[in-house]
Amino acid sequence: MRSFVYVLTALAVMALAFWAYRENYRTQAALDNVERLNRAIGSLREQLAMQNAEWAYLNRPERLRELAALNYDRLALGPLAPEQFGQIDQVSYPEMVLPDIVLPDELFKSILAEADQPAQSASPTVPVEEAASASAVPEALEEALEAQDEEAEQ
Amino acid sequence: MIRTPLRPLARILEARARGENPDAIERENKRLRHETMRDQARVRAEGRLLVLGVVFFAAFAVVGVRMGLLAGSDPSEPRAIAPGASIVAQRADIVDRNGNILATNLATHSLYAQPPLMIDPKAVARELARIFPDLDEARMVKDFTGSRKFVWIKKKISPEQMQQVHDIGDPGLSFGPREMRLYPNGALAAHILGGAGFGREGVQSAEVIGVAGVEKYFDDYLRDPANGGQPLRLSLDLTVQAAVERVLAGGMKLMDAKGAAAVLMDVHTGEILSMVSLPDFDPNERPRQQVTGDPSDSPLFNRAVQGLYELGSTFKTFTLSQALDEGIVNPNTMIDTKGPLVWGRYRIRDLHNYGSSLSVTTVLVKSSNVGTARIAQRIGGVRQKEFLGKLGLLEPTPVELVEAAGAKPLFPAKWSEISTMTISYGHGLSASPLHLAAGYATLANGGQRVRPTLLAGGGTLGDRVVSEETSRQIRSMLREVVVHGTATFGDVPGYRVGGKTGTADKPKPTGGYYEKKVIATFASMFPAEAPQYVLIVTLDEPQDTTGPQPRRTAGWTAVPVGAEIIRRAAPLLGLRPEIEQAQGFGVTLTAN
Repeated sequence: MRSFVYVLTALAVMALAFWAYRENYRTQAALDNVERLNRAIGSLREQLAMQNAEWAYLNRPERLRELAALNYDRLALGPLAPEQFGQIDQVSYPEMVLPDIVLPDELFKSILAEADQPAQSASPTVPVEEAASASAVPEALEEALEAQDEEAEQ
Repeated sequence: MIRTPLRPLARILEARARGENPDAIERENKRLRHETMRDQARVRAEGRLLVLGVVFFAAFAVVGVRMGLLAGSDPSEPRAIAPGASIVAQRADIVDRNGNILATNLATHSLYAQPPLMIDPKAVARELARIFPDLDEARMVKDFTGSRKFVWIKKKISPEQMQQVHDIGDPGLSFGPREMRLYPNGALAAHILGGAGFGREGVQSAEVIGVAGVEKYFDDYLRDPANGGQPLRLSLDLTVQAAVERVLAGGMKLMDAKGAAAVLMDVHTGEILSMVSLPDFDPNERPRQQVTGDPSDSPLFNRAVQGLYELGSTFKTFTLSQALDEGIVNPNTMIDTKGPLVWGRYRIRDLHNYGSSLSVTTVLVKSSNVGTARIAQRIGGVRQKEFLGKLGLLEPTPVELVEAAGAKPLFPAKWSEISTMTISYGHGLSASPLHLAAGYATLANGGQRVRPTLLAGGGTLGDRVVSEETSRQIRSMLREVVVHGTATFGDVPGYRVGGKTGTADKPKPTGGYYEKKVIATFASMFPAEAPQYVLIVTLDEPQDTTGPQPRRTAGWTAVPVGAEIIRRAAPLLGLRPEIEQAQGFGVTLTAN
């Protein structure tokens, strides 16, 4: 029993020594890594400072003024003037032109119709509904034209 | 251990038989036993002493060896402690109020030579002179072939120049890392930033120290590693500064002036948004101080802070606000303006004859010297001096520039009655445009003392100098000056500018005044009913030659420049122009 304890202790000491050895080297490696990263961070910061300086240099008011003058034909940039302040309702938004809403079942129908008569369809992607509305539009147009004519006569 | 009995029976019987005292045997045995015990105790004590001695020896030996090691080894940074924000540059950046960079650092290299290592000194000197045309070849040949061991060639070189020097390929040429100060905006805000130069220099590094302006004033702060590279944030606005500089430079050229200064200040905090002095310089290549000539003509001279000028009629505003505040007059009080006003051997005149009397408002609108002098007479010298002192016009401005402390306003040592009268309209007291800006800001913000500052965030307002009511009255009077008076060119549609002109003859260095050289000043605030900013424009020796006669008054020179600055700067400051109510039925004043 006693000799077994001795052997066990000796083995434990060897195992711990091996572990300590490995940990030591891993720590050294981690420290080297940290140092390398710190150096990298330092050089990146230096580069960042350089880029900031260059950004500031390229954006100096004198250069921007020259660029604005050189590109006046294209950009028409001038100094900010008091007249440029305005109300929000003075802004003229472009008129919104939206295509008709296509419902999924109509689209499905049109595809089915297309599959039934492949040769006949003149415009294969046009939904069935649109064909009906296309005939409705000229009627409305005619009415409007008539109304205009009446106005003109009056 | 076998214990010896104290009274062994055999010996006792033997002793009894011999008629001896058997107790002696017991005592003898006791003695022997005690001796043994004593010997054992001594051995143990000696052993303990020895162990203690060894322990102490080992401990002192460890301390000694460690000390020796520490003393004998090279220092190294601790590797395991994770550093926080490491120091990038030895000097912090300077930024404007919006974070735009005004001054930063750039890593470059310096070039030095070690002549003993040189292979072909003459060829090196020739090549260097080709790369750097400003270097003298003959001088370098002399340096390289002489007995010198070390020669600085250039303090800062660009990467391209460094490559060219590399290509010479001489082992006697070496580079050292250098940090240089870069002002990316060139001459913009040059007088405020000042400039930086090298302090103590070594091969591996050199100190960068501020030589003027905020760089010098905040030198300790900028170089303090404890700030962790935190930039110094100034109250300047880069865009506004650029616009003001551009307009002022144009105005200076147009008005044929030899110098100009402008100060734009927030009336509520004293923050200086823009401060320009022309002519200016490039802080990247700060010129040397001139040894000859007038230092105030040097581009290094900050006219806005260091320039002490008699600021003329702009001082009338101070006189009138004091009179209003003390209840001596109200805006409608009639003042005798019959000129000239004779006082001893002095005669005070107006530019035109304004008749026998004017109201207080009209005295300011028409800028009557006689009227102002009469009001000042009622105030008296002692109180006038006290009032100007409260406005900060008798001491250097507290602005954060090294130059500011030297600019102490000039005023007569003996504040006589004639001084009171002349100072009331701005002659006899010299102050800087920045003093004037602080004074006008104080009157504009409702009457609380403003201390000019260059730091973003600004300071707090000081003691009350005049009442809210006085401030309101003086603002409406200044608005009148722009609408009907001497500063009609100063009106900017939508911004309701109020202001006062001042034209002062320049004093000759030999005494007396020049006939045809003036300092024209326009002190303005906008919008007049609730001012946010104060603008001071000063032109040195301007003249407007568009008319048949050259015109030098501020109304023709400084005022149009000031108006253009307001027109350009106010939108940049986010001020929305207001459509003014059309004037209804009313009496229109006309000039006579």
